Amino acid sequence: MSTLVKEDLFENLLESAPANFTEARQTAKDLYLESGLPAPKEEEYKFTGITKKLEKSLSNFNQAKQLSVEETLIKETVFQGFEGDVLVFSNGKFLQEVSSSIEGLEVSDILSSSAEIGSIAKAEKDAFAALNQASFSGGISIKVPKKTKVEKPILLLSFNGVNDGQVITPRFWIEVGDFSEVTFLDQSISMGEEAYFVNKVVEIKGGLNSHINYYRLQNESNQAIEVSNIETDIQSDARFTSVNISLSGDMVRNNLSLNLLGSNSEGNMYGIYLLNGKTHVDNHTNVDHTIPHAESNEMYKGIFDAQSRGVFNGKIFVRQDAQKTNAFQQNNNVLLSDDAIVNTKPQLEIWADDVKCSHGCTVGQLDEEALFYLQARGIGKVQAKGLLLYAFAGEVMEKIEEESFKNHVVGLIQDRLGSKF
Amino acid sequence: MLTIKNLHAAVEGTPILRGINLEVKPGEVHAIMGPNGSGKSTLASVLAGREEYEVTEGEVIFKGKDLLDLAPEDRAREGVFLAFQYPVEIPGVSSTNFLRTALNQVREYRGQEPLDAVKFLSLMKEKMKLVEIDQKLLSRSLNEGFSGGEKKRNEIFQMAMLEPTLSILDETDSGLDIDALRIVSNGVNKLKSPDTATIVVTHYQRLLEYIVPDFVHVLYKGQIVKSGTKDLALELEAKGYDWIKEEVDAAV
Ligand SMILES: Nc1ncnc2c1ncn2[C@@H]1O[C@H](COP(=O)(O)OP(=O)(O)OP(=O)(O)O)[C@@H](O)[C@H]1O
Ligand SMILES: [Mg+2]
Repeated sequence: MSTLVKEDLFENLLESAPANFTEARQTAKDLYLESGLPAPKEEEYKFTGITKKLEKSLSNFNQAKQLSVEETLIKETVFQGFEGDVLVFSNGKFLQEVSSSIEGLEVSDILSSSAEIGSIAKAEKDAFAALNQASFSGGISIKVPKKTKVEKPILLLSFNGVNDGQVITPRFWIEVGDFSEVTFLDQSISMGEEAYFVNKVVEIKGGLNSHINYYRLQNESNQAIEVSNIETDIQSDARFTSVNISLSGDMVRNNLSLNLLGSNSEGNMYGIYLLNGKTHVDNHTNVDHTIPHAESNEMYKGIFDAQSRGVFNGKIFVRQDAQKTNAFQQNNNVLLSDDAIVNTKPQLEIWADDVKCSHGCTVGQLDEEALFYLQARGIGKVQAKGLLLYAFAGEVMEKIEEESFKNHVVGLIQDRLGSKF
Repeated sequence: MLTIKNLHAAVEGTPILRGINLEVKPGEVHAIMGPNGSGKSTLASVLAGREEYEVTEGEVIFKGKDLLDLAPEDRAREGVFLAFQYPVEIPGVSSTNFLRTALNQVREYRGQEPLDAVKFLSLMKEKMKLVEIDQKLLSRSLNEGFSGGEKKRNEIFQMAMLEPTLSILDETDSGLDIDALRIVSNGVNKLKSPDTATIVVTHYQRLLEYIVPDFVHVLYKGQIVKSGTKDLALELEAKGYDWIKEEVDAAV
């Protein structure tokens, strides 16, 4: 299908890829050339017509060149109350000069790193992962040594915008040693209102008893198109928590995968969609229980206004050996408008017999009884709605352990709901 | 204070209220009784502004204003309070946050300064005593997992906080044990003043021993078919509704 995108991407991206990781790039390129981008009916992209969107919205399929990012801009952009280190990216390229240097960590440009590209987010699983692996033009490798508690959160701050090209292809490699702890905040800022396409891959490798938080705020411009593949492997006794907050964008597809590779490991995936306009956000999550005695928790909540659209797909695999697994999944949605749509689908595949798994998804309207009750106590309709919606989404916010980030996100959400209390 | 004239209301096209007339003056207590399904809660809901009920005829004047013209929140701010027959559970909304938002919006409407956290808490403490409500309940989500009696008590607590001029208590006594009934009624009585009025909807004479009505009305098939003094409630308690139904149905 979609020869235009396939050919264009081939010409412009694959041929101009930096000359390193040549083997990994070649493997991915072969895979990509075989599959091309997802065809309209392809099961995994059934509700998210990303290929068509790219064809319609982009005209220049070159990698966007680096934008200049001044320190003053960074200062203005970092959210209020944040205390930590900032790593800055411009159209995917790591800007070492304006980034914090973090003591004790091994941080380098991905292009000159020893990252094990494609060992976690495998190119054969997704066309965009393959395209990224073949053509990534920037990014970072962060290695946290063993037994290191990184006290302050690390903000991965990306500035994205059109510059001689509309495609941005960053790749992050994060390796957290045994018994280490770290929190990442991932946020992107749109420079300008023109359409661009971010195709991002993040690979995270968590050692024994490591604790990793990866919090992500998606509030780019309503022209931004993005596909991300974030995949994590964690070992025994480790814990990984992802919180993904989606507030805007044109079309956003998040593939989030978690492989629980050691017993007593815990994986948590939480998320909020709070959308209006025509924003389309698709969260595809995948948890793979391969060993006994591991736990996964998943909760995504969606609030959809105007003509926005949400997709949730939650796959949970419990392999035959993964006895005593606990796996929970929940996806609840509220539609505020007749034109908003949500498609939600849990997909559990369980081969082990001694497991505790539950899942549930709901799609509903705002509770009119509750709304009337609040109004009957003198609370205005807008505020009453805000209270109810915030109560609905708040459960996810409680999962954010980084106070300043939580406050920032709560503020953004309450602003959007038109209700500050 | 409240004048209801020839009020007709329907839900999904089915008429429920069919010509209600009622006059409530400051300082008065009116009891509304009547068989199940006669329209008592519907009347209460229409007064509070529930949208499903369509007023097809008639008018309601409250303190000189056309009540039916106001949004539910503005009715509350004007001083109408409905204690729900079935209070709604709202998970995730803390009772305290809810009450503070409500109280401050009501105060703003009435041209009063918002209460700061300290003043709010001390007011809350004072009113909590009035209905002997447990602090623990209020640290939970609004009504979530409350027992029937706890919900009713919470309604009266909210009423105490918001200081309405017209309180409509829809079967606040149902689900209360004897002690709770006494406490809640005492609370209501303490909140009464020459400037406020109360409408109590009930099935039981028992409540009216505590909250003594000036008038008792019987609602049947969407109309007030009989009015009297508190003796009427005693008579109903003794004889049931059949004699009234017969009178009304014979007249049709
Ligand atoms: N939302 C609604 N949809 C359909 N019918 C309704 C609705 N609300 C009330 N009704 C009907 O209107 C009639 C009056 O109901 P209402 O609740 O006012 O009675 P009530 O006098 O309060 O009864 P009870 O003593 O049982 O509380 C009943 O027949 C009821 O089924
Ligand atoms: Mg009733």
